[in-house]
Amino acid sequence: MMRMVNGLIDWVDARLPVVNTYKKHMSEYYAPKNFNFWYYFGVLSMVVLINQLLTGIWLTMFYSPSDGFGSVEYIMRDVQWGWLIRYMHAVGASAFFAVVYLHMFRGLLYGSYKPPRELVWIFGMLIYVALMAEGFLGYVLPWGNMSYWGAQVIISLAGAIPFDILPFIDAKDAKEIGEALTTWVRGDYLLSTATVNKFFALHVVAIPLVLVALVFLHILALHEVGSNNPDGVEIKQNKDENGIPRDGIPFHPYYTVKDLPGVIVFLMIFAVVIFFFPTGGGYLIEKPNFVAANPLKTPDHIAPVWYYGPYYAMLRATTLEWFGMSSKAWGLIAMGGGIVVLFLLPWLDRHPVKSIRYKGWLSKTLLLIFALDFLMLGYLGTQPASGLAKTLAQIGTVYYFLFFFVGLPLAHRFEKSKPVPERVTGGH
Amino acid sequence: MSNDGVNTSRRTFLIGLTSAVGAAGAIGAAVPFVKSWQPSARAENAGAPVEVDVSKLDMGQRVVAEWRGQPIWVVRRTDDMIANLDKLNGELKDPQSEVDQQPPYAANEWRSIKKEYLVLIGICTHLGCSPLFEEEPTVELQFGGFFCPCHGSKFDLAGRVYQGVPAPTNLVVPPHSYTSDAVIIIGSEEGETEA
Amino acid sequence: MKKLVVALLFSCLPVLAGAAGGHDVELEKAPVNLQDKVSLQNGAKLFVNYCMGCHSLEYLRYGRMADDLGMSDELTLKYLNFTSDKIGDQMRNGMAAADGKTWFGNPPPDLSLAARHRSSDWIYSYLIGFYEDESRPYGYNNHVFPSVGMPHVMAKMQQDLSEEEFESNMGDITNFLTYAAEPMAPTRERIGVYVLVFLAILLIPAYLLKKEYWKDVH
Repeated sequence: MMRMVNGLIDWVDARLPVVNTYKKHMSEYYAPKNFNFWYYFGVLSMVVLINQLLTGIWLTMFYSPSDGFGSVEYIMRDVQWGWLIRYMHAVGASAFFAVVYLHMFRGLLYGSYKPPRELVWIFGMLIYVALMAEGFLGYVLPWGNMSYWGAQVIISLAGAIPFDILPFIDAKDAKEIGEALTTWVRGDYLLSTATVNKFFALHVVAIPLVLVALVFLHILALHEVGSNNPDGVEIKQNKDENGIPRDGIPFHPYYTVKDLPGVIVFLMIFAVVIFFFPTGGGYLIEKPNFVAANPLKTPDHIAPVWYYGPYYAMLRATTLEWFGMSSKAWGLIAMGGGIVVLFLLPWLDRHPVKSIRYKGWLSKTLLLIFALDFLMLGYLGTQPASGLAKTLAQIGTVYYFLFFFVGLPLAHRFEKSKPVPERVTGGH
Repeated sequence: MSNDGVNTSRRTFLIGLTSAVGAAGAIGAAVPFVKSWQPSARAENAGAPVEVDVSKLDMGQRVVAEWRGQPIWVVRRTDDMIANLDKLNGELKDPQSEVDQQPPYAANEWRSIKKEYLVLIGICTHLGCSPLFEEEPTVELQFGGFFCPCHGSKFDLAGRVYQGVPAPTNLVVPPHSYTSDAVIIIGSEEGETEA
Repeated sequence: MKKLVVALLFSCLPVLAGAAGGHDVELEKAPVNLQDKVSLQNGAKLFVNYCMGCHSLEYLRYGRMADDLGMSDELTLKYLNFTSDKIGDQMRNGMAAADGKTWFGNPPPDLSLAARHRSSDWIYSYLIGFYEDESRPYGYNNHVFPSVGMPHVMAKMQQDLSEEEFESNMGDITNFLTYAAEPMAPTRERIGVYVLVFLAILLIPAYLLKKEYWKDVH
């Protein structure tokens, strides 16, 4: 029996690098032995991705874009266990962003984007952008009133793109191009079934393909350069006589068995939300989305889902009218810039030290304030923009950009770093 | 890293235990996905039993109802029609309805609960065409019956198949019952199933 | 002439209804208890008798309601359905949306999801929130929904019953609508407990396995 199995493996391996791939990515992928709590969120992103793909495929079996609202209620009530699949997908969307944000913050903490891991970071950022698109498209599909008005606001942003910064386009043409563009995105003169159909195709086929391909590249690039760690020490610079990093341990079995309890704890938190707070008090599924889309009645307060909060706050906070461009255009630039700047992170951070552990007090303080700032912007983005909230959002936006364009490039000049150790510290 | 003093049996045991509990969880998690493929409440409702009122049906006539997307025939047979059933036994493949093509309460020579009313799924057992109803004798059917235009299969007025035609078995009698003397409910056996 | 006045008043309603919503009103706490079958059955009975002439529950099926509320299919169809619906049919009503729009300014909304869209407390406060107001076409106004387009269909019940009895009835309707908005809610919570218990059990060997392997790492 064993001989037959081994024979089969040999036969396949002679034609496909199965054993090599397994070794390269699992049993002989040496990861630093000092991963801490923050290193769970990569595998958790993978878990949520699989959850979204599976439940998503199942939802397409029952959802119908021509009756988005009705078919979601059909799934919730008439399809056996449909409610669970739908809640897993809806809550999964928020879970995805939660773990991805924590995963990205890990990168900020330990300088995981710094050389030689720039491409790992870039692929990660592309995943994040694809995820934002995916989240938005998916949010429109249930075709509740919040879906409708959220889509209305976001699509109309296409009309705010300041084409007139180009020398050969004047303001009037820019407006016409913007209008033509919004009509093109909607595929109609108003948001309609035509739009939902289009978004459905993008949400269930196009973007998931891109996402999966990017995840593949993200991991491939990571395994080429090796994982960073909380000390920011390159373990490959200290190898034993067999060429194995002294501070590395095989990913399998050590990190597979370490990730497993982490995944289970995550699933418990996930299950608590799915089974006991599926609407998340209106933050995961908003109240206005329990009435069908109604073009004649705007909900009292249009807010994005929490995970777009920070960027939506930046969009709204911008009231400048510099260089003759509208504040709407500047808002769009702030929002887009807030994301673009993250791509530049590997080159903006000029600090000679990777990990926050060995950076000075200034870097630590700036990063802490940045984290609080991001949370504050996220909260403000989901709240009505009143006087104080607006001022806070403006301050938050300014700090956000100062952190990237001033703090990260210059902080090391004003602080004394601690010495970085030769080897990683702490066992496990 | 050191592998001294590794308790291999403990490791094997823990791997086995975790895998077993994990596999049970995977099966549990698969349940919603598998069950969601069952007919939904909407499909169940669309496939719910259908009532047919046969009180206004004339002697020797047929009425067609629809149940789960299939034509359901109810024929009110005359005494002559019933009397003629016996005479054909020699020409039929399964005159005693031995093949399981009817509920037990219709497994008799006239293939129905009440002799008067014949209830059939109007789909040929050959390749699924819907046969034509011939209430009068024709060249093919000496006492009338059902003739399938697709491949020439023939059935008598109890839905029994003739010998020498492509259809292999008698026409199917759907589950049905009587909620009153002349109201038949197709797809439900909650009413009366005895004559 | 009278007809004309009524028609004119009705024609103002869409504007008023659009403006109404009532955010700042203090809401009463609704007595929701999805385990209380008696309350749910009474709520269903009252809903069908007083509300369903205008408001449908199109995402709820009679059979589902009968099962969940512990009623037989026969009695449900006999007492809670005034049309020739089948047990598996959705709880729609005969009023055409266009008629509703003409009569009330806005078509009376379907209430399948009202408790999730507004809130149970809102529905309860609304139901007990009617007060006499001569300036309104039907002589009533509402605390949580100013200038409401809906007549006070339960005015007679409110006069006939004690305040306590009336509020209990309105609580039952609210309870029933809360059920109707998410019929699977009790199932959801029950399954959730099983899932959590299972995951807690799975965590034990998984954690021991991790401890065992990490003995190698120094």
